[in-house]
Amino acid sequence: MERVPILKIGDILLVSIQVDMSDQTAVQLQEDLAERIVATGCHGVIIDITALDIVDSFVGRMLSTIASISKVLDAETVVVGMRPAVAITLVELGLSLNGIRTALNVERGMELIAASRADEWDEADVDEDAETTATP
Amino acid sequence: MTAGVDLGVPATQAISSDEDVVRVRQLVRTTAVAARLSLVDQTKLVTAASELARNTLIYGGGGSAEVTTVEDGRRRGVRIVFADQGPGIPNLDEAFTDGFTTGGGLGLGLSGARRLVDDFDIWTAVGEGTRITVTKWSR
Repeated sequence: MERVPILKIGDILLVSIQVDMSDQTAVQLQEDLAERIVATGCHGVIIDITALDIVDSFVGRMLSTIASISKVLDAETVVVGMRPAVAITLVELGLSLNGIRTALNVERGMELIAASRADEWDEADVDEDAETTATP
Repeated sequence: MTAGVDLGVPATQAISSDEDVVRVRQLVRTTAVAARLSLVDQTKLVTAASELARNTLIYGGGGSAEVTTVEDGRRRGVRIVFADQGPGIPNLDEAFTDGFTTGGGLGLGLSGARRLVDDFDIWTAVGEGTRITVTKWSR
C-alpha cells in the first residue's frame, strides 16, 4: 500500500496527494495526519489535491473526516487546488464537503489559516482586557 | 440495453480488492481519453466508475468491470458493465435514494453515479447478483 507523505512547514502540515489513492491509503492518511497534528502541535493542515483527477464519495468523506478530526485537535484544515472538472463533478454527484474550507492554491490556503489564527488571538486579547478592567 | 455498436474488443478488469478499484479508474480514464470525451465528461465517467466499482467490491463481494468503446453513428462513447454474483439489491427504490446506505458509506454511490452518466441500466436479482451498465457519450 502506498502512503501519502506529510510535510511540516512552520506551524502548518502540508499534504500533497500525488497518487491515485486506494481506499486503504486514504484511511491511512487520516490516521497519519491525526498523529502528526498531535506530535507537532501544528494548528493548520493544508491538503493539496491539484494532482487528483477525481474526488469520489469516499475521498470526499475522507476530506470531511480529516477536517473534523483536526478541528477537535485544535487545527484548521484547508483543501486547495481542486480542478474545475472535479468541482463540477462533485456537485453533480451530490457531495457537499461539510465543514471543509477551500482555497485556490497553497499560498492562499496558508493566508487563510494565518488570518483565522490571528482572529482567534484578537478575540483572546479582548477577553483578557475585559477581565483586567472588570477586576481592578 | 444501451444502444450503440461496439468498437474494438472490450477490456475486462477483475474487481476483488481495493487496488482493483484504482485499476478500474485508470482503465476507464484511458478509454475515455481515447474516445475523445471532454475533460469534464472523463471526470464524471471515472468518478461514476469509481463509485460503482467500489459497490461491486463491497456489496457484491467482488466481480468485474468490462470497458468498451461504442459508437451510435453520430458520436462515440464509453460503456462499462459492472457485474457481480453477490446478494443482489432487494429494494431498488431505496438503493437509489440519496443518503440511503447499508454499508456505512454516504449513500451517494448508486444515485450519484446515475446522475454522472448518460445511460444507466441495472439488472439485479436477490441471491443471483447485480449487473449495471453505464454509458457516457461524447458531445
